[in-house]
Amino acid sequence: MHGWTLIEAAEKVRKKEISSRELTRAILDRIDRHNPKVNAYVTVLPEKAMKDALACDEALHKGRTLGPLHGVPVGLKDIFCTRGIRTTCGSRILRDFIPPYDATVTDKVLSSGAVLLGKQNMDEFAMGSSTETSHFGPARNPWAFDRIPGGSSGGTAAAVAAGLCFAGVGTDTGGSIRQPASVCGVVGMKPTYGRVSRYGMIAFASSLDQGGPVTRSVPDAAMVLSIIAGHDRRDSTSVDLPVPDYLVATRESVKGLKVGLPREYFEGEGLDPGVREAVEKALAVLTSQGAQALEISLPHTRYALSAYYIIAPAEASSNLARYDGVRYGHRARCDGGLIEMMSRTRAEGFGAEVKRRIMIGTYALSAGYYDAYYGKAQKVRTLIWRDFEEAFSKVDVILTPTSPTPAFRIGEKTGDPLTMYLSDIFTIPCNLAGIPGISVPCGMSKEGLPIGAQFLGRHFREEDLFRAAAAVEREIPLPRVAPMGGA
Amino acid sequence: MAITREEVLHVARLARLALSDAEADLLRGQLAGILDYIRQLDTLDTGDVVPTSHAVEMGTPFRDDSVRPFGDKEALLANAPDREGDFFRVPRIIED
Repeated sequence: MHGWTLIEAAEKVRKKEISSRELTRAILDRIDRHNPKVNAYVTVLPEKAMKDALACDEALHKGRTLGPLHGVPVGLKDIFCTRGIRTTCGSRILRDFIPPYDATVTDKVLSSGAVLLGKQNMDEFAMGSSTETSHFGPARNPWAFDRIPGGSSGGTAAAVAAGLCFAGVGTDTGGSIRQPASVCGVVGMKPTYGRVSRYGMIAFASSLDQGGPVTRSVPDAAMVLSIIAGHDRRDSTSVDLPVPDYLVATRESVKGLKVGLPREYFEGEGLDPGVREAVEKALAVLTSQGAQALEISLPHTRYALSAYYIIAPAEASSNLARYDGVRYGHRARCDGGLIEMMSRTRAEGFGAEVKRRIMIGTYALSAGYYDAYYGKAQKVRTLIWRDFEEAFSKVDVILTPTSPTPAFRIGEKTGDPLTMYLSDIFTIPCNLAGIPGISVPCGMSKEGLPIGAQFLGRHFREEDLFRAAAAVEREIPLPRVAPMGGA
Repeated sequence: MAITREEVLHVARLARLALSDAEADLLRGQLAGILDYIRQLDTLDTGDVVPTSHAVEMGTPFRDDSVRPFGDKEALLANAPDREGDFFRVPRIIED
């Protein structure tokens, strides 16, 4: 039953073919057995989950359902505040932080009737592409335990791929939902900036951060997005637009859909030949169903990574200023004054990658450098935005690889930050432009590692992505869960 | 692009990060490498380009300036590393 889709599981509970308690117990047992290997969860909530499952069963017995995910166990990336449940953001500095309120995403997921299993591992403050920067140790790829599950939502993608939840919600600042989904063989969607409320989602880079679903099928992702999307007055960048029924789009034909192939994404030397082949197969599926392929150009693609590595650290250095050991979080023991206490607290509380990004960001924003770095990067961001605007005057969606390679080995890139940053080269432009993106499994490498295809779409046209990704999923059948050593 | 040890320590002070000598040395090399990569932006002419701060254009949403009390004060204070009653305690602020 752990391999059921979210929609299947929800239907079986609703039809009383299985109780929420049986389903939740089964997944908790799997977490017991497999989490020590994959380290997908940093906090598991067995008592609370079973109590909530019981409440769901009792409600259903009385003929009431709480919402579309009634009684189905799910997980949340440990970046979403959960009232009364510790929320660490993968950091030592928040190791014992108990939020006094729920994030809007948490609230919406729980209001839909879902049972929360626990909080999922992630790169510290979502800064990383491998979940290796987590204070709680690296998460591992369920398809190959010596490889990374991607990041920063690596724990969420690993949990979904290992059958340790029926869906998860992650966050994506430069690819942190799509890249882990790709290397774990699951579906990951970053909605348009403003679609999903950021209230209670611990901030990394506020102009880029966006929450979104990680699931085992495209319709599951559509269902989760329908639940978590929507206007929220507590997030001033949340957009007040109606939320469509995304599930409808997953059943629509791709006939007539114009699919753009940006030559800049396929020309680079870093693209693995197996990945290229798998993405070309996804394109063939679409064209055989009546979609039209068009070559396009996004000429400023090669500047996106540089612009991102100014903008994201700059915003992070400002957002992370709040961790000072005064109101919450870790505080260093020291005899000095306030400034010394803060400096030591941050030195002890943050890991190497977070310090590195705070340093880059502080440097880029410091007197005399602001225009040369942050100002310049914001202008380049405009050029990247215009590239997409121009492309979307010709095509409906853009097809690219999600990640240039399948999952790399744990430890392979930790010594060289720039090499690690380059693994997000295909996902970053989407965040800079604020457009939606989805990663859908489209093949397996020779070594048996999952490969993902990425679709990018116009602002607030998530439907187009679900439509294209669902067609690929239907025509290229792939296993939904990793074998986990046969257990 | 060279970056001096003094610059690294200056930025660390601005960021309120106490760095060890080893960290400062390591960061000096890594920051130089990353800044070198980033400098490729200088080859782009952006003279008449307007900057983008948010990708989705929208006006500032206004709301009434009304107070809404947060119910659970104790849950907020319970996270304090050090407190005295309803106050957060910190080390001395004014140096001698």
